Amino acid sequence: MSVVHKGILRYSLNERIVHWIAGLAYVYQLLTGLAFYSPHLFWIAILLGGGPTSRFWHPWVGLLFTAVLFWMFDIWRRDMRITDADRAWEKAMPHYIRNEDEDLPPIDRFNIGQKYFFWVMLYAGILMLLSGLLLWFPESIPWGARYLRYAAILLHVSAALLSIGAFIIHVYMGTAMVRGGFTSIIRGEVTPAWAKMHHRLWYDRITGTTPTRR
Amino acid sequence: MSIGPLQIKAISGHAGTVPGRDTSRDYDVCKVVDVTTCIGCKACEVACLEWNGYPFRQTVFDNTYQTMPDLAWNYYNLIRFNEHTASDGTFSWLMRKDQCMHCADPGCLRACPADGAIVQYANGIVDFQQEYCIGCQYCVTGCPFNIPKFNSETKKVHKCTLCSDRVGVGLEPACIKACPTGCLHFGSKDDMKDLAERRAQQLREHTSHTNAGVYDPSGVGGTHVIYVLHDINNPEAYGGLPSNPRVPWTVRLWKGPLKWLGNLAMVGGIIGVTLHYLRFGPKQAPSDQAEGRP
Repeated sequence: MSVVHKGILRYSLNERIVHWIAGLAYVYQLLTGLAFYSPHLFWIAILLGGGPTSRFWHPWVGLLFTAVLFWMFDIWRRDMRITDADRAWEKAMPHYIRNEDEDLPPIDRFNIGQKYFFWVMLYAGILMLLSGLLLWFPESIPWGARYLRYAAILLHVSAALLSIGAFIIHVYMGTAMVRGGFTSIIRGEVTPAWAKMHHRLWYDRITGTTPTRR
Repeated sequence: MSIGPLQIKAISGHAGTVPGRDTSRDYDVCKVVDVTTCIGCKACEVACLEWNGYPFRQTVFDNTYQTMPDLAWNYYNLIRFNEHTASDGTFSWLMRKDQCMHCADPGCLRACPADGAIVQYANGIVDFQQEYCIGCQYCVTGCPFNIPKFNSETKKVHKCTLCSDRVGVGLEPACIKACPTGCLHFGSKDDMKDLAERRAQQLREHTSHTNAGVYDPSGVGGTHVIYVLHDINNPEAYGGLPSNPRVPWTVRLWKGPLKWLGNLAMVGGIIGVTLHYLRFGPKQAPSDQAEGRP
């Protein structure tokens, strides 16, 4: 590589693996879920091997996805705590949206948007797991408790839609908007300038630099 | 597809008018179950198994006249038995032939996501097409009568077909043929409704069942299987027949407004991020630009 600077490790191999298992599992769930969501999208199930095949794998991949979510929770829960620095940054978020990053207060390893994404996916994942289990075995729910099934239908689709909203923003920011973000989750490294610009407190912490205020 | 018998419209070289021409024919079919004359012999259960080619299941004794606890994927038709004590202390054995009600507004069909897996014929029969079924069991949740049953080996859901394969060629359902007491009748919805109402009136006027009535619940748009009950105010006593069945409101919300809201939100989200990119573009770290990296 012809880079003059030394890259900074942002995501360990473990973190990258966990991210991509979750990502691929989520995309499978998204595609098969959309096929069952709308008759106009049922063709996706045909492309993925047919309706019965899609229906067969959807709950199993869902189990994989939620298992990986819990693994992620174990790895990232400390990094994902929302701090006072995040609150200050959140107030200045309109600057972030307008790409006026010089007007933003410094933050640690993740910004509050990433943290919200993490928590939304975690809680939506738990809701989808619980409601999904009810939808997987509806006949095992006694007729007297059928309201659980009715609630599961609404919960499953609502949590899914919520996660899709978060997912659209996540994919857009990770691939198109924040340059350097996509390569960091593949190869693990970012440039020092990238780290300073986006996550100043994190940069200071891991490089041992004295915290500086701009 | 059930088309009913052929009706002549014109005859070649025929003098005068065609017999039966311009008469209207009601294709809506209906089964009446008069529970007041059911003796619980289960001949309809046997006829159903024979016609559909399923083996007889082992019975389960539970100290009552009930032979089996529930319907099954290969058991479409079950007499539900209840020992009922009325408010005046009179005791009765209630027998109700339980099967798919063939709702005019079928919750199973509303909930089903698989193209062609559930069809409703113009004659009112709601039929599952197992070759298109994906085994999601949303129909199980959509049904207000707890009818569809899942075969976990083939991953297909089954229920009473109202013998669509018999009705389509002008025959009665198999259960009707087997009933020895005349408690089952089959015909057009109008005729059967009339028959059921007359029987209920007879019960009210000539017996002590002054609350006798016809169960044809409007919450699901009426059904193509209707009951004559001794007490129309207490359908729950007949093995849990719901007093006001409706397609669950969460199913209606999910398949109605929520779907459109969700579609709008998803398309809106994609449009939103696209507009953001067009307006503000990407976020680049300073040295990335300096070194000409993407």
